[in-house]
Amino acid sequence: MSKAYSTDKLIYGGVDVGASHTKVALIDTAGHLCGHGVRKSGVNFSATAEMCLADALQMADCTTNQVAHTVSTGYGRQNVTYATESRTEIGCHAKSCYFYFPEAITVIDIGGQDNKIIKLDPHGRRISFKMNRKCAAGTGAFLEEMATRLDIPLSDMDGLARKSTETVNIGSYCTVFSATEVLKYVRQGKKVEDIIKGLFVSVIRRVLEMDALTEKVVMTGGVVAHNPYFIDLSEEQIGRGIWTPPLPQLAGAIGAALYAKANQTSDNE
Amino acid sequence: MAHEKKQLLRRLESAKELNRFMADYYYELNEAAISGKQKIAWCTSVGPAELLRGLGYLIYFPETHAAMLGATRMATDLIPTASAMGYSPEICSYLTADIGAFVKGITPLSTAFKGIASVPKPDVLVYNTNQCRDVLDWFNWYGDKFNVPVIGIQSHRSVGEITDSHIASITSQIENLVAPLEELAGRKLDMDAFQQAVTLSRECSDLWAKCLATASAKPAPLTFFDATTLMGPAVVGRGTLKAVKTYQLLLEELEERVDAGEGALVGEEKYRLYWDGMPVWGRLGMHSKMFAELNVNVIASTYCSSWIFSTLNPSDPFKSMAQAYTELFITRNDAYKERYIQTKLDLFGCDGILYHNARTCPNNTNCLYGMPQRLFAKTDIPFVTMDGDLNDLRCLSDEQTKTNIEAFIEQLEEMK
Ligand code: SF4
Repeated sequence: MSKAYSTDKLIYGGVDVGASHTKVALIDTAGHLCGHGVRKSGVNFSATAEMCLADALQMADCTTNQVAHTVSTGYGRQNVTYATESRTEIGCHAKSCYFYFPEAITVIDIGGQDNKIIKLDPHGRRISFKMNRKCAAGTGAFLEEMATRLDIPLSDMDGLARKSTETVNIGSYCTVFSATEVLKYVRQGKKVEDIIKGLFVSVIRRVLEMDALTEKVVMTGGVVAHNPYFIDLSEEQIGRGIWTPPLPQLAGAIGAALYAKANQTSDNE
Repeated sequence: MAHEKKQLLRRLESAKELNRFMADYYYELNEAAISGKQKIAWCTSVGPAELLRGLGYLIYFPETHAAMLGATRMATDLIPTASAMGYSPEICSYLTADIGAFVKGITPLSTAFKGIASVPKPDVLVYNTNQCRDVLDWFNWYGDKFNVPVIGIQSHRSVGEITDSHIASITSQIENLVAPLEELAGRKLDMDAFQQAVTLSRECSDLWAKCLATASAKPAPLTFFDATTLMGPAVVGRGTLKAVKTYQLLLEELEERVDAGEGALVGEEKYRLYWDGMPVWGRLGMHSKMFAELNVNVIASTYCSSWIFSTLNPSDPFKSMAQAYTELFITRNDAYKERYIQTKLDLFGCDGILYHNARTCPNNTNCLYGMPQRLFAKTDIPFVTMDGDLNDLRCLSDEQTKTNIEAFIEQLEEMK
């Protein structure tokens, strides 16, 4: 997009078209978030990305002309017509987490369809990354599936899990097997809040077995954003504190916007 | 105006010669199967081919056929047939695709080579378990089907240091194959022909090794994806003069490219990767294009180097075959494999390693027992693992592979 305005009015866009949700983040020249939009990705990625941009622009009180550069990321990154560049979600999550925590960190992202564990050195460079790609177990999709089976709105899960007094053990790798385990507990008359807590713990265990966590741990993603109890349970599992950036669901989009800004800044240099 | 398709990769002229070699090879087998004039042995890809040549057998390799099923993307639809017969989708998808194809009466040979209706009927099946147990299960099924003998070599696995007792046991097993094979062939072992086959096999292997070694040049004149198809004659034609001549031509062309400073990639070769594990046969084209678009060349691999038998020696054919077929990468323990890969990383100047975690072949998959982490600690060369399979396309997601690879290249860029 053209840079018709003076630099102090410029903003940078990041679009993360995820498997379940599309997120747009707009940042100013200092890197501060000034607008954002989140919608279900649906079946028309480019239309959803447009709508999210409109939401974000409205929040930022800006116009499209002020967007100096936009980077897209996520599964649908190629479908964003107004983005001029794309980066992987691994790169974007790393970028935004390092922006908020500029030190050696391990980023754990629990997304709708997959998880990522990304390790960064003290300079923010990626040392390694891993993605869990084979099965829904350990992802947001797994929790969605289980919420449907238990006939509970997804948004109630966090509150219910917090009320649990006894964790039930759900140990299978496989979503179908886990569903069978859940049925077993339902049959045994276990309380639904205990089953949900068990499901949360099973997701955390699936994620933690992906890689060793060495540095400071930062968690991102929609699951964490909507279920803050997840952080408490993860801390319990790893035995130390876990950090989250503000608006963890937007981490990928903010990272993309930071790439957009970095790209333009170096262009202007 | 129509957009011109951007050329990403340079083709090798001599590849045509290698294709001709493969066509002649299959036609010869087909004729023999129809006329019955020459006996046909089915052999595992790293089985005792030289001995079979010394006994006048034509050799057919089911693994190459199975790879064709993969490359033509026929395999995925055929595997369920074998699964329904009791062969799990978790086991070798060469085996399941090949048996599925046979049961359904399908072969990619008939599309590739006009006039060939089926795979050539075997007179005997000869295996070596140096690569895995699956080959034996696979061959036993065919042995039963065709009512022909299945004989072979039970190899040591996970071999560390190769000892005299390893070699003695394999040598005697190869020697013990002579009598039954003579009886089936209706002729005595021709020692001259046997030694000649060992000589030619060694020459073929040396030439193939030299072809692969040209990729140490920067830019590399060939890609891993080229090599997976160019290696056909090294697998099926070892022990023949024709294979030797074919590789002489290929080597010449590759050396010319190196002298001219011409790489296999049309664009800049920014990163050089090592590929560990098997190729995804049904995605050769897609993967080679994906890497080329990222200015990445996959220049070296464990897999394509598997048909290098540098210890074959015509003056001691049995023992040197035992040595050559025991010292293979796939037959060795992890400590050996790590040293081997480390040497290759140095030799080829690799910036990163890609481990293909092939769902149905743990034997060719080396990222399941902590090797990537150990090698990284030793070399500081970053790695990425890719979930996939050699033949069963249900085991992979193209979208995820793409993101994984792109993220890895971003990582290499950041580290530069
Ligand atoms: S080594 Fe792997 S691919 Fe080859 S036959 Fe054995 S199991 Fe199949």
